[in-house]
Amino acid sequence: MTTPWNKPLPTVVGETKPFWDSCRRGQLVIQYCRGCDEYQWYPRGICVDCWGENVGWVQSSGRGTVWTYTITYQNRTTGFADMVPYVLALVELEEGVRMFTNIVDCNPRDVHIGMAVEVTFQNATPQITIPYFKPAS
Amino acid sequence: MVDLRRAAAIVGIHEHVTRYAPDKSELQIQGESIIKALDDAGLTKDDVDGLFTASSSIRNSGMNLADYLNMYPSYVDNTTVGGGSFEFHLSHALTAIAAGRINCAVITYSSLARSGGVSVGTGGVGRYGHPILDPSPDSFEEIYGLTTVGLYAMIARRHMHLFGTTSEQLAEVSVAMRHHASMNPEALFRDPITVEDVVNSRVISDPLHLMDCCVITDGGGAVVVASPEVARNCKHTPVWILGAGEAIAHQGAGKRDLIYIAAHQSSPRAFEMAGVTHDDIDMAMVYDSFTITVVETLEDLGFCKKGEGGEFVSGGRIQVGGALPINTDGGGLSSNHPGMRGIFLLLEATRQLRHQFDGTARQVSDCKIALAHGTGGALGSRHSGGTVILARD
Repeated sequence: MTTPWNKPLPTVVGETKPFWDSCRRGQLVIQYCRGCDEYQWYPRGICVDCWGENVGWVQSSGRGTVWTYTITYQNRTTGFADMVPYVLALVELEEGVRMFTNIVDCNPRDVHIGMAVEVTFQNATPQITIPYFKPAS
Repeated sequence: MVDLRRAAAIVGIHEHVTRYAPDKSELQIQGESIIKALDDAGLTKDDVDGLFTASSSIRNSGMNLADYLNMYPSYVDNTTVGGGSFEFHLSHALTAIAAGRINCAVITYSSLARSGGVSVGTGGVGRYGHPILDPSPDSFEEIYGLTTVGLYAMIARRHMHLFGTTSEQLAEVSVAMRHHASMNPEALFRDPITVEDVVNSRVISDPLHLMDCCVITDGGGAVVVASPEVARNCKHTPVWILGAGEAIAHQGAGKRDLIYIAAHQSSPRAFEMAGVTHDDIDMAMVYDSFTITVVETLEDLGFCKKGEGGEFVSGGRIQVGGALPINTDGGGLSSNHPGMRGIFLLLEATRQLRHQFDGTARQVSDCKIALAHGTGGALGSRHSGGTVILARD
C-alpha cells in the first residue's frame, strides 16, 4: 500500500484530457499546428500562433536539457513542505518548447543548466500520472 | 498618439506607515489612507470621481471599497496584475483624466500579510489552504511545487549562467536598500548590512538567500491623481505624469526567452511617450521583490545592457549620490512589502520630486524627473510590468 498523494493534483478538462490520458499510458505528448509548423506548450484548445483550432497531438521524444532550475529549500504547501530540498526546473524539450518539471532520481546538487534529461512518470492516483525528468541514461 | 504629457498629476499621497496592524481591517487602512491623501492634496471626498484599487485578499475590492467609504465613483478600475497594478492604475487614470471622463482619481492599496501570517514568497500554491488548480496553466505548473521566490531564483540562476552574475553582485542590491532604509524612520529593518551578511544568510531557493528576498509587512497607502485644472489649486507642487507603458510577459507557448522581462516591452513605450532619455532620469523606483528583480529590471528598462546589471548595481551606483539612486525609502528588501508594493513606488517618487527631504541625506539632489517600474507576478512564469515617468515643473 502506497502513501496517498498529498501534493496538488491537476484539474483535467476537455482541452487537456488527451495529455493526461497519454501520461497514464507512459507517453509525453505535446501539441503541434500543421498550418503554422509550430509546437506549443502547455496544452490548450487553440494554436497560439494562428489562433486556429487545428492543433494536433504528437509524441515528444521525451528528451531535453535543463534550461534553468532552482533548488527549493522552503515551500509551505502540503506535499512539498516535507520534500525539500527538491529541484524545480524548466526543461527544454528537443522539440523546442520549455516546460516546468522537477528533476528527480538524482542529487539536487548535481543538476546544472544544459544537463541532458529524459521523461519519467509517476502514478499519483489511478486517474492521474505526472511526468517528471531524470538524468538521461 | 495624442500628447498626454502633463495631462494629469499626482497631487496627494499618504503612506499608512504601520508595518504591523492586527487591529485594523484592510478596508480601514485604505479608507484612512484616502482621507489623508486627499487632505495632503487639499481636496475633499466630493472632488473624487475615479476609484482605482487592487487587492489579493479583498474580494471585489473596488465595489467593496466604494461601499465601505460610501462613495459613488463614476469611474472604477480594479486592474489586478500583481504588485505592479498601481503603475497600471496611474497609467489608466491619466487616460481617463485626459479624455475628460474624470477630474480626480484615488488609487489605494492595503494588506495585512504580516499580521495574517501569509507566506507570500514561500507559501506556494497552498498558502491560502488546499488548492484546486485551474486547468491551465496551474495544472502544468503547481504540481511541481512552484513558489514565488523559486520562480525568481530560476531566472537568477539563468542570469548567472549566461552573464557570470554573482551572488555578491545581487547582494549589493540588498546592501544599498538597507543603506536607504537606515535613513527612513518607518522602515522595518534599518541596521546596516554587508554583502557577506547577505550571501551568508540561509538559502531559500538557490541561488537566492533570505536577504535576497523582500520583507513581509502590513501596510497601505493612497495616491490622488488630478487634472491640470485641479492640480494647480492643490497644496503641493504637482508631480506630472510624462509617460506610461504597460506590458505582460509570459512563456509564449514555451518558446519565449524569459531572461527578458516585461520592462523590456513597457520601458520604450513610456520613454517614447514622455519624450525624455535615460540620462534625464534623476532617480528610479524599481520594484524589488528580490535582488534579481532589480538587476533584470534595470537592464530591461535600458539603464544598462543585458547582462551588465550585476555590475551596474555594484559599488554604490544605486545609492543616493550614485549614478542612479533607486528605492530611496529602503525598498521592499528593507522597508516594507505587504504583497503588492507598486503603490509605494509612486509615493516615494512623489516625495523625491517634491523635494520633501531637502537638507537630508535621503534627498536626491535637484530631483526633476523620476521613473517608477512595478513588476507583478513572477519573472519565471508570467508577470506584468508598468513603467511611469514623473516630473516636477
